[in-house]
Amino acid sequence: MGILEVKNVGKRFGGLQALGDVNLSIAEGSVHAIIGPNGAGKSTLLNCLVGKLIPDTGSVMFDGQSVLGRKPYEINQMGISRVFQTPEIFGDLTVMENMLIPCFAKRDGAFELNAITRVVNQHDVIDKAEAMLSDMNMIEKRHMHASSLSRGDKRRLEIGMCLAQDPRLLLLDEPTAGMARADTNNTIDLLKQISDERDITIAIIEHDMHVVFSLAQRITVLAQGTPLVEDTPDKIKGHPKVREAYLGETAH
Amino acid sequence: MFGLNTKDTTLLLIVAMLTMFAPFILNPFPADSAMAQFNAGYPDLMQRFVIFGIFAIGFNILFGLTGYLSFGHAAFLGVGSYSAVWMMKLLTMNVIPAIALSVIVAGLFSVVIGYVSLRRSGIYFSILTLAFAQMSFNLAYSVLTPITNGETGLQISLSDPRILDGAGAARYPNLFGAEMNDATTLFLGGWSFTFSVGYYVCAVIMLLCFYLSVRIFRSPFGMMLRAVKSNQQRMNYTGLNTKPYTLAAFVISGMYAGLAGGLLAAMDPLAGAERMQWTASGEVVLMTILGGAGTLIGPVLGAGFIKYFENIFSKINDSVLHSWFSFMPDGIEDLMVTLVHPFVGKGWSLTLGIMFMLVVTFLPGGLVEGGQRIGRLLRRKPAKDDSASGKTEPAE
Amino acid sequence: MDAILLQLLNGLDKGSAYALIALGLTLIFGTLGVVNFAHGALFMIGAFCAVTMQRFLTLSYETIDETKKDFLGNPLKVSSTYVESWFGPNIGSTIIDWAVPIAIVMAVPVMIAIGFVMERGLIKHFYKRPHADQILVTFGLAIVLQEIIKYFYGANPIPTPAPDMFRGSFDFGVLLGFDPNAIIYPYWRLVYFAFSAIIIGAVFAFLQFTTFGMVVRAGMADRETVGLLGINIDKRFTIMFGIAAAVAGLAGVMYAPINSPNYHMGMDFLVLSFVVVVVGGMGSLPGAVLAGFMLGILESFASMNEVKDLLPGIDQIIIYVVAIIILLTRPRGLMGRKGVMEE
Repeated sequence: MGILEVKNVGKRFGGLQALGDVNLSIAEGSVHAIIGPNGAGKSTLLNCLVGKLIPDTGSVMFDGQSVLGRKPYEINQMGISRVFQTPEIFGDLTVMENMLIPCFAKRDGAFELNAITRVVNQHDVIDKAEAMLSDMNMIEKRHMHASSLSRGDKRRLEIGMCLAQDPRLLLLDEPTAGMARADTNNTIDLLKQISDERDITIAIIEHDMHVVFSLAQRITVLAQGTPLVEDTPDKIKGHPKVREAYLGETAH
Repeated sequence: MFGLNTKDTTLLLIVAMLTMFAPFILNPFPADSAMAQFNAGYPDLMQRFVIFGIFAIGFNILFGLTGYLSFGHAAFLGVGSYSAVWMMKLLTMNVIPAIALSVIVAGLFSVVIGYVSLRRSGIYFSILTLAFAQMSFNLAYSVLTPITNGETGLQISLSDPRILDGAGAARYPNLFGAEMNDATTLFLGGWSFTFSVGYYVCAVIMLLCFYLSVRIFRSPFGMMLRAVKSNQQRMNYTGLNTKPYTLAAFVISGMYAGLAGGLLAAMDPLAGAERMQWTASGEVVLMTILGGAGTLIGPVLGAGFIKYFENIFSKINDSVLHSWFSFMPDGIEDLMVTLVHPFVGKGWSLTLGIMFMLVVTFLPGGLVEGGQRIGRLLRRKPAKDDSASGKTEPAE
Repeated sequence: MDAILLQLLNGLDKGSAYALIALGLTLIFGTLGVVNFAHGALFMIGAFCAVTMQRFLTLSYETIDETKKDFLGNPLKVSSTYVESWFGPNIGSTIIDWAVPIAIVMAVPVMIAIGFVMERGLIKHFYKRPHADQILVTFGLAIVLQEIIKYFYGANPIPTPAPDMFRGSFDFGVLLGFDPNAIIYPYWRLVYFAFSAIIIGAVFAFLQFTTFGMVVRAGMADRETVGLLGINIDKRFTIMFGIAAAVAGLAGVMYAPINSPNYHMGMDFLVLSFVVVVVGGMGSLPGAVLAGFMLGILESFASMNEVKDLLPGIDQIIIYVVAIIILLTRPRGLMGRKGVMEE
């Protein structure tokens, strides 16, 4: 029984069957990659997991509880954090404030009318945010406006913000898309380190095979809205069906 | 001090000094001098400064922090005024219950209007609030006449019951007997300074409101509101429910508006529907933007600035202009008067509109940003050796 | 039955005005992505074009008529208009009588020019600024425009009559077999309705059948793509702004006889027109027209005594109530596309 169990999930947009009949199980503590050609339904699947979309059929269970019909913030509070394709951070706020917000969300829940206390007096939260920034090697940038960070730093900050909530499952949507090679390698190292050091499950949607094969312990290949195969990276590399789905595109 | 950092404490003390010594500061010219028309230190005007300051401080908590632009906040001001007058009609001329009721009723109103309006964002939110305010205005003007007294406006009268006040009690709004329009005037040489009870009641309340707003700005709640403005998507995926945050901000600012409305009625016990018109909502938007939305002091400055110039500009007539330009040759004097005439007196709104456009276009941060820019310019010259220490980091 | 028909007709003229203003607002929303709070002011300026034309045509000079004496025995001063002296008294007075329709000739270039100046001089700098800034700067502009008009024309409404031949009322009732005087309807309102229908038709035809219109429609659907095609969309958008201003102005010119123009009429109409745009669906031209007429007629029905007895005050708030209900149940409005101005 995995930490995330996706059973018979289907989703239609008008005439387009975006997801056919998806079954997926992600084992606790693993790094699981979902790959597939463009239009395979990767993003739709991800959106179904975080509450942005509600699938037409099937069930999604996280740690034994259904996530269907819950709002994104409720699903996040259950322990699923999401990293976006283009970093979603609070651009107008400082790096420190960016990190404080998930720490408050973790401590106080979805809403708390903390209108009179002062942020600077919340020592537990501040210590935690500073520790997280140190882990991300960003502590000296804490007074900078987040919008002025480099692309790679924004990505680091976003991942740090997700980790600050101590999620049990971290979902990453093409975290290295549009990155230079050096930034990509840094991100791979960071994710490896996170996976090694923390008690966390990572699910990653990725296009870049270099990233996938450097990180993943298991890989699911999605094509035309249905999973083709699920196996270890070594097996996937030589799998005929995968070659067909991926390389078939060029064979046409 | 007061649970604030040094910078905020300084700011609070400056505002406190300004409001407490306003009767002196605003009357810099001897009473019989030609410049006396620029004096603003009389109670009625000073009350307006601080009351509209409260209104703008509250509006800024919503607009400045969350970015939700409400075009209907005058409705809460109007509701506050009506509630206060009713309290003075039915219960007592003491202003405390009147003000308390105006805050509560405006709060309830803003819960309802906010709950509905906040289901949409951006321009839709602005139009929804506009629709609600305009609806309240129309209702106050027509159907609700039994409550609002329609066009004439709600007033107190001798025949009102006033259950708590016995026979022969004060007939004017008062604070435990001290009447709002009581004032003492201090004559010093050619100068005269008026201290009125009403002004100091308003000023103390404004200081409390300002202090509260500083605390809100520096609280986790305030930070969350700025985060709402910055990126709602990230809020949702960080496990935060944005709705109660925005609603709380909306209600807080609605209560500030209600308090301002209650104070207006407490100073002068009448309430009219025109206080709820959307142009009145526009005015508080102007004040906040002009001063600097999202800054602590901005709304106070904006409110003071607009109310001061409204008063001074609208008093300038052609004879005043002639006396100003009398040092010029006749032809040029007349030309100058003709040129300036459209912008003063009844033309004050024109000046305001132009000023507002200029501020939004060139100085989106308002007067506060303008001050900072000037400050930076002035500092640049003597601080050349200082620049070696690198970019100054913004204070927390 | 006749009462219902009457209200339907009564709703048409207000509905026409709403539809025309909302059409212009939507054109600007859709093409430029700008929320124009000064659009009501353009409507108001249009109405004052009619006032100006009337004043211009009645410009007069004084002559001393030696043949007549006033009561003191001095020669009488006679004032006569230039128009009458140029064209003769008959044609002259007809021209003066037709001041409002003639004002259209003046309003079109004036409004287009104002539109161009507004777009190039101000709005252009706000394309990339937040919607709140656009609202605020155009709100400031609206104040400025109405104060300028107030300075030159004063604060009081200025009666601007329609041509004599349209001043009566038309008895619809007789036409439809009801009693005489059951449904009477002023001619000018019929003219206004027909005029609006023509303008609306012309705008749609223009967008539908010309290359220019095609590009603009493509731009409304996806501004960036059209920009990538190398079409100079910005220039076309400037022209579009001029057209939207002209539509609002024409709506104002012809509305002058229905409601004597005053400097704040623009603001009064603006709030309602925004509601119309939102109900119709942000960015949808047919939606704006449909919602304009629908709300005009609804407002007129709500002011029937039978309805008012049942729900007092409903006529004052019906439009807002409908707008709130629609925004909450159908956030995109009646015919709106997804995602327009949702941020």
